[in-house]
Amino acid sequence: MKFNMMFNCDKARHTCDKAQYNEASLWEGIMLNVHTIFCRFCRKHSARNSKLTQTIKDSQIKTLSPEQKNVIKEQLRQEMPQ
Amino acid sequence: MSTHTLHPETWVDRYSDYLYNYTIVRVNDHIVAQDLISETFLAGLKSKKNFKGNASERTWLIAILKRKIIDHYRKKNSKKGQAEVHINYSDDDMEGDWLEERVQDPFDKNAEDELENNELGLAILECLDTLDERHAAIFKMKTIDNFDTEAICNEFNITPSNLWVIIHRARKAMANCLEKNWL
Repeated sequence: MKFNMMFNCDKARHTCDKAQYNEASLWEGIMLNVHTIFCRFCRKHSARNSKLTQTIKDSQIKTLSPEQKNVIKEQLRQEMPQ
Repeated sequence: MSTHTLHPETWVDRYSDYLYNYTIVRVNDHIVAQDLISETFLAGLKSKKNFKGNASERTWLIAILKRKIIDHYRKKNSKKGQAEVHINYSDDDMEGDWLEERVQDPFDKNAEDELENNELGLAILECLDTLDERHAAIFKMKTIDNFDTEAICNEFNITPSNLWVIIHRARKAMANCLEKNWL
Protein backbone atom coordinates (compact mmCIF):
# COMPACT_ATOMS: atom_id res chain seq x y z
CA MET A 1 0.00 0.00 0.00
CA LYS A 2 2.82 2.35 0.91
CA PHE A 3 4.36 1.63 -2.47
CA ASN A 4 1.21 2.80 -4.21
CA MET A 5 0.72 5.85 -1.98
CA MET A 6 4.22 7.11 -2.69
CA PHE A 7 3.37 7.42 -6.36
CA ASN A 8 0.30 9.62 -6.08
CA CYS A 9 -1.82 11.08 -8.87
CA ASP A 10 0.21 14.31 -9.04
CA LYS A 11 3.38 12.35 -9.60
CA ALA A 12 1.59 10.13 -12.13
CA ARG A 13 0.41 13.14 -14.12
CA HIS A 14 3.89 14.64 -14.09
CA THR A 15 5.45 11.36 -15.24
CA CYS A 16 2.79 11.00 -17.91
CA ASP A 17 3.70 14.44 -19.30
CA LYS A 18 7.38 13.55 -19.28
CA ALA A 19 6.66 10.24 -20.99
CA GLN A 20 5.07 12.12 -23.92
CA TYR A 21 8.50 13.58 -24.65
CA ASN A 22 10.38 10.33 -23.88
CA GLU A 23 11.89 11.95 -20.82
CA ALA A 24 10.54 9.59 -18.16
CA SER A 25 13.01 7.05 -16.79
CA LEU A 26 12.34 3.33 -17.04
CA TRP A 27 11.51 3.18 -13.32
CA GLU A 28 9.10 6.10 -13.59
CA GLY A 29 7.45 4.41 -16.56
CA ILE A 30 6.94 1.21 -14.59
CA MET A 31 5.54 3.15 -11.61
CA LEU A 32 3.15 5.01 -13.91
CA ASN A 33 1.92 1.78 -15.45
CA VAL A 34 1.36 0.22 -12.05
CA HIS A 35 -0.47 3.35 -10.88
CA THR A 36 -2.77 3.43 -13.92
CA ILE A 37 -3.82 -0.16 -13.25
CA PHE A 38 -5.36 0.98 -9.97
CA CYS A 39 -6.34 4.57 -10.75
CA ARG A 40 -9.16 5.06 -13.23
CA PHE A 41 -8.67 8.86 -13.48
CA CYS A 42 -5.00 8.62 -14.29
CA ARG A 43 -5.70 5.86 -16.80
CA LYS A 44 -8.15 8.13 -18.59
CA HIS A 45 -5.77 11.09 -18.38
CA SER A 46 -2.90 8.99 -19.71
CA ALA A 47 -4.91 7.83 -22.72
CA ARG A 48 -6.02 11.39 -23.46
CA ASN A 49 -2.49 12.72 -23.15
CA SER A 50 -1.11 10.07 -25.51
CA LYS A 51 -3.88 10.83 -27.97
CA LEU A 52 -2.86 14.49 -28.00
CA THR A 53 0.76 13.54 -28.68
CA GLN A 54 -0.30 11.27 -31.54
CA THR A 55 -2.64 13.91 -32.99
CA ILE A 56 0.11 16.52 -33.07
CA LYS A 57 2.49 13.99 -34.62
CA ASP A 58 -0.07 13.04 -37.29
CA SER A 59 -0.66 16.66 -38.27
CA GLN A 60 2.96 16.97 -39.46
CA ILE A 61 2.82 20.58 -38.46
CA LYS A 62 5.69 22.71 -39.69
CA THR A 63 7.11 25.87 -38.22
CA LEU A 64 9.44 28.56 -39.43
CA SER A 65 12.80 28.68 -37.66
CA PRO A 66 13.56 31.64 -35.36
CA GLU A 67 16.12 32.90 -37.91
CA GLN A 68 13.54 32.91 -40.70
CA LYS A 69 11.10 34.70 -38.45
CA ASN A 70 13.72 37.30 -37.63
CA VAL A 71 14.29 37.94 -41.33
CA ILE A 72 10.57 38.61 -41.85
CA LYS A 73 10.43 40.71 -38.67
CA GLU A 74 13.30 42.84 -39.91
CA GLN A 75 11.60 43.39 -43.31
CA LEU A 76 8.43 44.39 -41.53
CA ARG A 77 10.24 46.68 -39.12
CA GLN A 78 11.84 48.61 -41.96
CA GLU A 79 8.44 49.26 -43.52
CA MET A 80 6.81 50.33 -40.27
CA PRO A 81 6.33 54.04 -39.71
CA GLN A 82 8.63 55.19 -36.92
CA MET B 1 -19.14 47.09 -34.98
CA SER B 2 -15.39 47.09 -35.04
CA THR B 3 -13.99 44.84 -32.36
CA HIS B 4 -10.66 43.86 -33.86
CA THR B 5 -7.57 45.97 -34.16
CA LEU B 6 -4.27 45.36 -35.91
CA HIS B 7 -0.96 44.85 -34.13
CA PRO B 8 1.66 44.43 -36.87
CA GLU B 9 4.49 44.13 -34.35
CA THR B 10 3.08 40.81 -33.11
CA TRP B 11 2.16 39.37 -36.52
CA VAL B 12 5.31 37.32 -37.08
CA ASP B 13 5.22 35.65 -33.67
CA ARG B 14 1.50 35.02 -33.69
CA TYR B 15 0.63 34.17 -37.27
CA SER B 16 3.73 33.23 -39.28
CA ASP B 17 3.49 29.52 -38.43
CA TYR B 18 -0.21 29.45 -39.24
CA LEU B 19 0.32 31.20 -42.57
CA TYR B 20 3.28 28.95 -43.32
CA ASN B 21 1.26 25.75 -42.81
CA TYR B 22 -1.51 27.24 -44.93
CA THR B 23 0.90 28.13 -47.73
CA ILE B 24 3.22 25.14 -47.85
CA VAL B 25 0.53 22.69 -49.02
CA ARG B 26 -0.54 25.13 -51.70
CA VAL B 27 2.84 26.01 -53.17
CA ASN B 28 4.94 23.07 -51.97
CA ASP B 29 8.16 25.07 -51.86
CA HIS B 30 9.71 26.36 -48.67
CA ILE B 31 11.39 29.45 -50.15
CA VAL B 32 8.30 30.50 -52.11
CA ALA B 33 6.13 30.00 -49.01
CA GLN B 34 8.44 32.17 -46.94
CA ASP B 35 8.44 34.91 -49.59
CA LEU B 36 4.67 34.84 -49.86
CA ILE B 37 4.32 35.20 -46.09
CA SER B 38 6.61 38.20 -45.88
CA GLU B 39 4.82 39.74 -48.90
CA THR B 40 1.51 39.17 -47.11
CA PHE B 41 2.70 40.94 -43.97
CA LEU B 42 4.06 43.85 -45.99
CA ALA B 43 0.85 44.14 -47.99
CA GLY B 44 -1.10 44.02 -44.72
CA LEU B 45 0.99 46.82 -43.34
CA LYS B 46 0.44 48.94 -46.43
CA SER B 47 -3.32 48.47 -46.47
CA LYS B 48 -3.69 48.79 -42.73
CA LYS B 49 -6.09 51.67 -43.20
CA ASN B 50 -8.53 49.45 -45.11
CA PHE B 51 -8.98 47.09 -42.17
CA LYS B 52 -12.53 47.57 -40.96
CA GLY B 53 -12.25 45.39 -37.87
CA ASN B 54 -15.08 43.04 -38.87
CA ALA B 55 -12.80 40.02 -39.17
CA SER B 56 -10.02 38.86 -36.90
CA GLU B 57 -6.43 39.76 -37.73
CA ARG B 58 -5.69 36.21 -38.84
CA THR B 59 -8.70 35.95 -41.15
CA TRP B 60 -7.74 39.26 -42.72
CA LEU B 61 -4.13 38.14 -43.26
CA ILE B 62 -5.31 34.83 -44.75
CA ALA B 63 -7.49 36.75 -47.21
CA ILE B 64 -4.42 38.70 -48.34
CA LEU B 65 -2.33 35.54 -48.49
CA LYS B 66 -4.91 33.84 -50.74
CA ARG B 67 -4.56 36.67 -53.25
CA LYS B 68 -0.77 36.38 -53.06
CA ILE B 69 -0.90 32.64 -53.76
CA ILE B 70 -3.17 33.19 -56.77
CA ASP B 71 -0.82 35.93 -58.02
CA HIS B 72 2.11 33.55 -57.61
CA TYR B 73 0.50 30.95 -59.87
CA ARG B 74 -0.57 33.58 -62.39
CA LYS B 75 2.99 34.81 -62.63
CA LYS B 76 4.30 31.28 -62.91
CA ASN B 77 1.86 30.34 -65.67
CA SER B 78 2.61 33.44 -67.68
CA LYS B 79 6.09 32.05 -68.26
CA LYS B 80 4.87 29.81 -71.07
CA GLY B 81 6.15 26.30 -71.42
CA GLN B 82 7.32 25.85 -67.87
CA ALA B 83 4.19 24.18 -66.68
CA GLU B 84 4.33 21.46 -69.33
CA VAL B 85 5.25 17.99 -68.20
CA HIS B 86 6.14 15.24 -70.63
CA ILE B 87 5.77 11.62 -69.65
CA ASN B 88 6.50 8.79 -72.01
CA TYR B 89 4.19 5.91 -71.29
CA SER B 90 5.57 3.49 -73.83
CA ASP B 91 9.26 3.59 -74.49
CA ASP B 92 10.74 0.84 -76.57
CA ASP B 93 13.54 0.26 -74.09
CA MET B 94 11.23 -0.16 -71.11
CA GLU B 95 11.72 -3.56 -69.57
CA GLY B 96 10.71 -5.30 -66.39
CA ASP B 97 7.72 -4.72 -64.15
CA TRP B 98 7.21 -1.09 -65.01
CA LEU B 99 3.44 -1.46 -65.20
CA GLU B 100 3.20 -2.86 -61.68
CA GLU B 101 5.19 0.05 -60.34
CA ARG B 102 2.52 2.41 -61.61
CA VAL B 103 -0.39 0.69 -59.91
CA GLN B 104 -1.86 2.75 -57.08
CA ASP B 105 -0.83 1.64 -53.62
CA PRO B 106 -4.03 1.52 -51.55
CA PHE B 107 -2.07 1.82 -48.30
CA ASP B 108 -0.22 4.88 -49.42
CA LYS B 109 -1.19 8.31 -48.16
CA ASN B 110 -3.53 9.95 -50.64
CA ALA B 111 -4.27 13.59 -51.28
CA GLU B 112 -7.28 13.49 -48.98
CA ASP B 113 -5.16 12.33 -46.03
CA GLU B 114 -2.65 15.06 -46.73
CA LEU B 115 -5.41 17.64 -46.81
CA GLU B 116 -6.86 16.37 -43.56
CA ASN B 117 -3.43 16.51 -41.94
CA ASN B 118 -3.03 20.09 -43.04
CA GLU B 119 -6.43 21.05 -41.65
CA LEU B 120 -5.53 19.33 -38.40
CA GLY B 121 -2.28 21.32 -38.29
CA LEU B 122 -4.21 24.56 -38.72
CA ALA B 123 -6.70 23.48 -36.02
CA ILE B 124 -3.81 22.86 -33.64
CA LEU B 125 -2.36 26.29 -34.35
CA GLU B 126 -5.79 27.88 -33.87
CA CYS B 127 -6.04 26.21 -30.46
CA LEU B 128 -2.53 27.39 -29.60
CA ASP B 129 -3.72 30.91 -30.32
CA THR B 130 -6.30 30.64 -27.53
CA LEU B 131 -3.60 29.85 -24.96
CA ASP B 132 -1.66 32.37 -22.94
CA GLU B 133 1.05 33.74 -25.25
CA ARG B 134 3.98 32.58 -23.13
CA HIS B 135 2.48 29.15 -22.50
CA ALA B 136 1.79 28.74 -26.19
CA ALA B 137 5.38 29.65 -27.09
CA ILE B 138 6.79 27.19 -24.56
CA PHE B 139 4.40 24.42 -25.63
CA LYS B 140 5.24 24.98 -29.28
CA MET B 141 8.99 24.88 -28.64
CA LYS B 142 8.72 21.72 -26.58
CA THR B 143 6.13 19.78 -28.56
CA ILE B 144 6.42 20.88 -32.17
CA ASP B 145 10.00 22.09 -32.47
CA ASN B 146 11.30 19.39 -30.07
CA PHE B 147 13.65 21.66 -28.13
CA ASP B 148 15.46 20.35 -25.04
CA THR B 149 13.97 21.13 -21.63
CA GLU B 150 17.22 22.87 -20.70
CA ALA B 151 17.25 25.08 -23.80
CA ILE B 152 13.68 26.25 -23.18
CA CYS B 153 14.42 26.89 -19.48
CA ASN B 154 17.37 29.08 -20.44
CA GLU B 155 15.43 30.94 -23.10
CA PHE B 156 12.51 31.78 -20.82
CA ASN B 157 14.51 31.91 -17.59
CA ILE B 158 12.37 29.34 -15.77
CA THR B 159 13.09 26.20 -13.77
CA PRO B 160 12.34 22.71 -15.14
CA SER B 161 9.52 22.26 -12.64
CA ASN B 162 7.98 25.55 -13.84
CA LEU B 163 8.28 24.28 -17.38
CA TRP B 164 6.48 21.02 -16.61
CA VAL B 165 3.64 22.87 -14.86
CA ILE B 166 3.24 25.11 -17.92
CA ILE B 167 3.41 22.11 -20.25
CA HIS B 168 0.80 20.27 -18.18
CA ARG B 169 -1.63 23.22 -18.25
CA ALA B 170 -1.04 23.80 -21.95
CA ARG B 171 -1.59 20.13 -22.79
CA LYS B 172 -4.84 20.12 -20.81
CA ALA B 173 -6.09 23.24 -22.58
CA MET B 174 -5.00 21.91 -25.97
CA ALA B 175 -6.75 18.57 -25.42
CA ASN B 176 -9.97 20.38 -24.42
CA CYS B 177 -9.78 22.72 -27.39
CA LEU B 178 -9.05 20.00 -29.93
CA GLU B 179 -11.81 17.77 -28.57
CA LYS B 180 -14.21 20.65 -29.04
CA ASN B 181 -13.01 21.77 -32.47
CA TRP B 182 -11.65 18.71 -34.20
CA LEU B 183 -12.72 15.30 -32.89
